[in-house]
Formats: sequence, C-alpha cells, structure tokens
Amino acid sequence: MDIAGTINTALRRVPPVTIYIAGAIWGGWLFWQAVTGSIGVDPVNILEREYGELALKLLVAGLAVTPLRKWTGINLVRFRRAIGVTCFFFVFAHFSVWALLDVQSLARVWADIVKRPYITIGMGAFLMLIPLAVTSNNLSVRRMGAAAWKRLHKLTYPAAILGALHYVWLVKGWPLEPFVYLGIILILLLARVKWPTARVAA
Amino acid sequence: MAYRWKNDLTRADATPRNLILNRRQVMAGAAGLGALTAAAAARAQDALEPNTFEEISSYNNFYEFGTGKEDPAANASAMVTSPWSIKVDGLVDKPGDYALADLLDGLTTEERIYRFRCVEAWSMVVPWNGVELADILTKVGVKPEAKYVAFETTVQPDVMIGVQYKVIPFPYVEGLRLDEAMHPLTMLATGIWGQPMPNQNGAPIRLVVPWKYGFKSIKSIVRISLLAEEPPATWNIINPREYGFYSNVNPTVDHPRWSQGSERHIGGGLFAGRIDTLMFNGYEAEVASLYEGMDLKQFY
Repeated sequence: MDIAGTINTALRRVPPVTIYIAGAIWGGWLFWQAVTGSIGVDPVNILEREYGELALKLLVAGLAVTPLRKWTGINLVRFRRAIGVTCFFFVFAHFSVWALLDVQSLARVWADIVKRPYITIGMGAFLMLIPLAVTSNNLSVRRMGAAAWKRLHKLTYPAAILGALHYVWLVKGWPLEPFVYLGIILILLLARVKWPTARVAA
Repeated sequence: MAYRWKNDLTRADATPRNLILNRRQVMAGAAGLGALTAAAAARAQDALEPNTFEEISSYNNFYEFGTGKEDPAANASAMVTSPWSIKVDGLVDKPGDYALADLLDGLTTEERIYRFRCVEAWSMVVPWNGVELADILTKVGVKPEAKYVAFETTVQPDVMIGVQYKVIPFPYVEGLRLDEAMHPLTMLATGIWGQPMPNQNGAPIRLVVPWKYGFKSIKSIVRISLLAEEPPATWNIINPREYGFYSNVNPTVDHPRWSQGSERHIGGGLFAGRIDTLMFNGYEAEVASLYEGMDLKQFY
C-alpha cells in the first residue's frame, strides 16, 4: 500500500472529536498559564497572540485539506468540520481576551473597531466566521442544500485573507511570521483557482 | 551633577524584591479564583512600585536580537560589552574614542526610579542606575553651534540575529534636541536594581528619557555626536507617519494604528486591565516647558 493509503487507514481509527478535545485542552492550558503568570510577564498580550495565532494555524489547516488530497491523496475531509469549529473557538477566545481582559470597555471596543483598520478587518473576519460556525452541522447542510451550504462556506476564503492581513497590519517593522501566514494562505487559495488551459502558441 | 532631580516614585519603603514577588504570586492565585476587585485595588497601590528585575530583564524590544519580546533575553548574552568605547564626535571640544570607564570617571552613579512607557502601549517602572547625560556632555564640551545630539547602537552581526535578517535598518540610531539631552531627567544608565545592565536591556550603557516612548531610549551606545541639524532616528526613518522625532508620551495623540490613551502595566497579571497614560508619562511638570508654543499634534 502507498504512503497516503497507509495514513488514510490509520486516520480512520481517529475520531474527529479528538480535535475538539485537543483544542479545548490546549486553550485551557494556555489560559491557566496566563492566570498563574507562567506564560510571561504580559499575559494579556501573550494570550491574545497565542489564541490569534492558533486560529490562523487552524485556518491554514482547514484550507489545506483540499489541496492536500489533490496533491498527495491524504484525505482529511472527515476532520475539516472539527478544524473549522475549533478555529472559530480560538477566534472567539482571541476576541474575548482582547475585549474583556485588554480594552475592558464596550465604548473602547467599539471605538477601536471603527477607528483602527487592522481591528476592523479582524472583526470582519470574525463576523464572516459566525454563520459558518452556526451552520457546521448536518442539519444545516440538509436544510440549506449542499450547493448553497458550500457557497456560504466559501466565506472562509475572504476570512482567511482578512485574518492574515489583520496580523500583518498590527506588527511593527517587517517580522517574518505574519507574512508567512499570508503567503501560505494565498498559495492555498491559488491552488483552488481553475486556470484556463494554456493554449500553445502556433 | 548627581541628585539634581528628586524622585516622586518610591520603592514603597524599600520592599525587598522577594516579598514583592511573593505578594504577586499570592495575587495571581487570588485573581484566578475570580477576585478581580482585589487585583484592581492592589494595582492602584502597586502603580508606583518598581517592576521586578526578572520582569524588566525578560520582556524587551531589542530588534538586533529578534522581534519577539523574549528574544533579547534569549539571544543577547553573546553580545560583547567589554571592552567598550564610545566615539564622541561632531560639535564638541574634546572629540575622541572614550573608554566607558573614562567617560564615567568622577561622576556619581545614582538610582532613578522612572516610569517607562513603550510605544506599543505597555509600561513598567524601572529603578535605573546611571548618570545624567548632561554631565557627560559637559565633560566633552558642547560647542555653542550644537543643537542636537545623535546616538548609535553597536552592531555585532555575528551575534545579532536581527541584524543578519535586516528586520529594520541597522545600526539603530536616535537623537534628541540639545535641551532635551541636557534636561536633568535624561540619563545614561549602566544598571538596574543596583546590578550591571543586563545585555538585553542595553548593556553596558543606554539612554533613558522617561517622558518619551521607549524606543527613543537607545541601547548599547557606541557613538554620541553633537550636531547642528536634527539627526535621523531609526523608527522615524522606517515609518515617519507613525513615529515622530519627538515621540513624547502623549495620551491625546494616538498612534495611527492604536490608541495611546491607556497602557497595560506589566506585572499586574491577567485581570489587571489597563491604566490611563499620563501626559509626558507623568513628567509634565518637569518637561512641558521644553515644548512651550509647539503644536504637539504636529511635532509628535
């Protein structure tokens, strides 16, 4: 059996709920470290960052499922819903730490959303993900119909780009990491474009 | 001349460092149980208390050693800080390459407990040890034509990962107007908490200008130049719209991307919330006169 086949067989024994459990444990562990101070001297900022970056990583993972199957035959489609919903969980956690523990005032939260472009686009990405999280269940797929459901879930694409830009826009100078996320997300989106077949010049 | 300026920040009757730490640990535990009001109350009386040596030396911006806050503490130990000499040039009576000890010779090192406010909207209180910059400048003799002072940080590419990756232009340069440089609050620091300056904090000698955003307080200085014209400053070169030459702490002038009206005070823990940022970082009485008649929104 080929490598992809071996991996697919092995993955069949892993229930998708593993991803929810791992996400909850990891998120909870980070929060506990922030409470006890072992995460660093600026726990609000570090927690905000960690949750945000985890959300970006899971966005990348979710977007990678289709190209990975196309290019290598490894099939992670069974896990995609869990990846997406866990991603939303971390975006929500990221937003909550920012709103409740960092700025701590509804007026300032609103002022920042309106006034700070990087927060505006981050908020935009968050809002786009809400309908996706709400419809991430079989009942919604049945009610909406597969085609409409699929169309709605293409909102992941602009959300991912906005999420990456949100990171690029908030840093000082030119650190590597935010650009790596943006680059990978763009590659994964370009991999979905159906290019017209190239015509050979006569 | 030492002791020209009197501190209004105290060491809270010289609380030993280990006690401060213990109390914080207790606080952190209490906060974890949901005692938010207790945390806030303790913060209010904590505000003027210096941060621990550990906090001050583990959370730094020193892009030569990487852009992460923990990178300098992890990477800066390889920096060579001895022997150390500083090139003094430009409009001075006695230019030359000065050994650090010669530059400091005869000056009294004193402790100054200053607020420290980063442009990224976090802050600490730091007990610096050092001398007034004015004393050094007087020593080398400032010519009457001099109007500005320029500073330059060491570049040691072999041990500076940020320099290898060119995350920003190096060497890091900064500058002050001469009256700012001669102000009694402005100091050259050689230590914190009575200990030699940790490499990640800018060993062996760095500038401290407590009423300006932290990036003005240039680290690991190898050159001081007296000039007639305003010198370039690194963040101002990178993004002049976001980082002005003056960069005085000012809660009424926001950074284009974030508010400068409040700050996270390091050491408060997860539930401390933000505190209001003070005009000139709390040194308005001392320094506001330097900027009389200037539009601080234009000269940010």
